[in-house]
Amino acid sequence: MPDFGYKIAKDRQIDYDENKRLIFSEVAAWEPSIYRCISCGTCAATCSAGQYTDYSLRKLILLVKRGEEQEVITNVSKCLLCGKCQLACPMGVNTRNLILGIQNAVKKTTYAV
Amino acid sequence: MLQEGKQALWKEYQKEIADNRYFYVRSCVRQNFFPASEATFLKIITEELGKDIYEHPSHTSCSGIGYHTDVIPFETTMTMVARQFALMTEAGYPNLVPSCITSFGLYTEVLDTWHHFPEVEARVREHLRKATGREFEKPANIAHASDIIFKLRNEIAAKAKHKLVNHITGKTLRGVEHIGCHYSKMFPQKGIGGAEYPYVLIGMIEAWGGEVVDYPERRHCCGFGFRQYLVKANRGYSVASSKKKFESMEPYKPDFILTNCPGCPYFLDRWQYAIAEMEGTTYGENGMGIPVLTYEELAGLVLGYDPWDLGLQVHQVSVEPLLDKMGISYNPSSKYVGKNGKFLGVPFKPNTLKVC
Repeated sequence: MPDFGYKIAKDRQIDYDENKRLIFSEVAAWEPSIYRCISCGTCAATCSAGQYTDYSLRKLILLVKRGEEQEVITNVSKCLLCGKCQLACPMGVNTRNLILGIQNAVKKTTYAV
Repeated sequence: MLQEGKQALWKEYQKEIADNRYFYVRSCVRQNFFPASEATFLKIITEELGKDIYEHPSHTSCSGIGYHTDVIPFETTMTMVARQFALMTEAGYPNLVPSCITSFGLYTEVLDTWHHFPEVEARVREHLRKATGREFEKPANIAHASDIIFKLRNEIAAKAKHKLVNHITGKTLRGVEHIGCHYSKMFPQKGIGGAEYPYVLIGMIEAWGGEVVDYPERRHCCGFGFRQYLVKANRGYSVASSKKKFESMEPYKPDFILTNCPGCPYFLDRWQYAIAEMEGTTYGENGMGIPVLTYEELAGLVLGYDPWDLGLQVHQVSVEPLLDKMGISYNPSSKYVGKNGKFLGVPFKPNTLKVC
């Protein structure tokens, strides 16, 4: 094969027939304020863990909504549960309880944290 | 929906296309990618249809590629566009016909900018005056070259030597069409059928006897996208876009792909080779690719032009299966003989993609 110097990029399309979004159903029932999230990123901007890792609650919530479960599992354990994001959130999302809900849902849906 | 309602709605998706007296501006890249397409367009418009079309020897790039890759500021681009308008004004032609989709989009964008910000137009006029001493009038009409072929599709059909029909089985040939993004996605009202129902290529295929096949990723970009391919490391995104389209259209077994942009036919043609080399996947029949044509090439085939005069031998995906289906005779031994009679040489055979 000739060396093209690049490879075919992986498709980032999300197929909702494959992504069942089980974690989202669990979390939304546990903490309905997830529906109020506007993905503004204030939580991520104020996050202590995010200063030192690639953790972002904004991204985590999007991953949960999209049913990208493997990435949710990878990211959810990075939270320190300090609750600073909850103080900063302009939409009043109960972020700390939300993250606990995600962790519980991950366990419940048989995925290991 | 009532038929009158449909017609009333469809009126909103039409555009005005000039009848005659065209000022033709060539593309920077098409003459390298598909070298005979523009010459074929001029031949059809003048010799077949008797229209008055003129191209100016001093025409330059519209600078669209530089503009879209952020290496040329919009102010400079607008002044270059103003110069093209000045050439048109000096030549006395009112109707601009760009060969390139990006040029078409850019001219439209510049005129729209001037419409909303007349002070910008005044400034650009001043720039052009200072730089070249030229003045200009804005075009009475701008239509992409594919719009012109669309408008004249029935006249071409009337002169057709070959229809888009399998001459052995009698079955209608199935084509998929791909519209360049800058044709109607930026200014939907400037494209026939808008961004939702682009009809420019469909009209040609239907008028020439073919059938258009819908497929899920029909309106996905081919991946040309300037930034995606100019930087080598980014070309993976470009090829991924084309791959998405091929995977989407493959189940419908199209006989050909028809395009109206400089980049789309190039990438949809060449990426079939690259994907075959990288992943071993081919999308056409018997390990071959799906032939990709420009609208001028297809019009030329319909009108009975020699496939090698249309430059079909420079395509990566062999077009012979389509020629065979249409019943077009061709001489394989003259495939790589240049217009000057000299032998051009035979290209290397790909490892995976089968070629004639």
